[in-house]
Amino acid sequence: MTTVLFLVAAAVAVIATLRVITQLHIVHALLYLIVSFLAVAVVFYLLGAPFIAALEVIVYAGAIMVLFVFVVMMLNQGLREVEQERRWLVRGMWTGPSLLAAVLLVEVLYLVWHRTPSGESSVVGPREVGLALYGPYLIAVELGSLLLLPGIIGAYHLGRREPKE
Amino acid sequence: MVQGALGLAAILFALGLIGLLVRRNIMYVLMSIEIMMNAAGLAFVAAGASWGQPDGQVMFVFILTLAAAEVSVGLGLVLLMYERFRTMDIDALSTMRG
Repeated sequence: MTTVLFLVAAAVAVIATLRVITQLHIVHALLYLIVSFLAVAVVFYLLGAPFIAALEVIVYAGAIMVLFVFVVMMLNQGLREVEQERRWLVRGMWTGPSLLAAVLLVEVLYLVWHRTPSGESSVVGPREVGLALYGPYLIAVELGSLLLLPGIIGAYHLGRREPKE
Repeated sequence: MVQGALGLAAILFALGLIGLLVRRNIMYVLMSIEIMMNAAGLAFVAAGASWGQPDGQVMFVFILTLAAAEVSVGLGLVLLMYERFRTMDIDALSTMRG
């Protein structure tokens, strides 16, 4: 049964990713990309990595995609916006991602209902990951913080508006 | 299932690479890079799950950090590019003759 669930989630991921790279409209592509990340999160859960599945949903499908949506909003010109909203609210825009997300929802509901945390592979929970992260990988955590600080400063510097004189 | 997950990671990485090569809009280029990083993380987690060790998941956390830093700087560059050139076409930025 786990194999069937895995195959369905993998098919959803591949279809959604295909739609991302063939889509013409950026917001449609973003919707499909979110569905693709959610499908990969289901695959993580089936692989016995529930912590990583939660991180994928929260950070990838949540935070990083919200960044993309914010940038799309900031790039929008004011005059075309109303016309664009009208075109975005047609049915064809949200049916595809909704159908794919509904497949994933059915899958997760099945997993919760039958209380099967994973298949043949054993579950490696957040406790083990945290112990490894702050034990042997402590120096890499420090390097990650060293990476994030220039990220913050760089994003601030690039996004700063020069005062017009 | 680990083999299947590795195959899925390969397919997703190839799709991201195709998107990176085919699309010329900078937003799609950034999204393709996200897809490829996610596929690399999936390969790490699958490999870690195959041995039942947490190391693959630790590497995924680092990939997540890298993706967050990369996308924040990248989107800042997108805003700057749109402000200066009024286009999303990366072929428009060819003054360096690269």
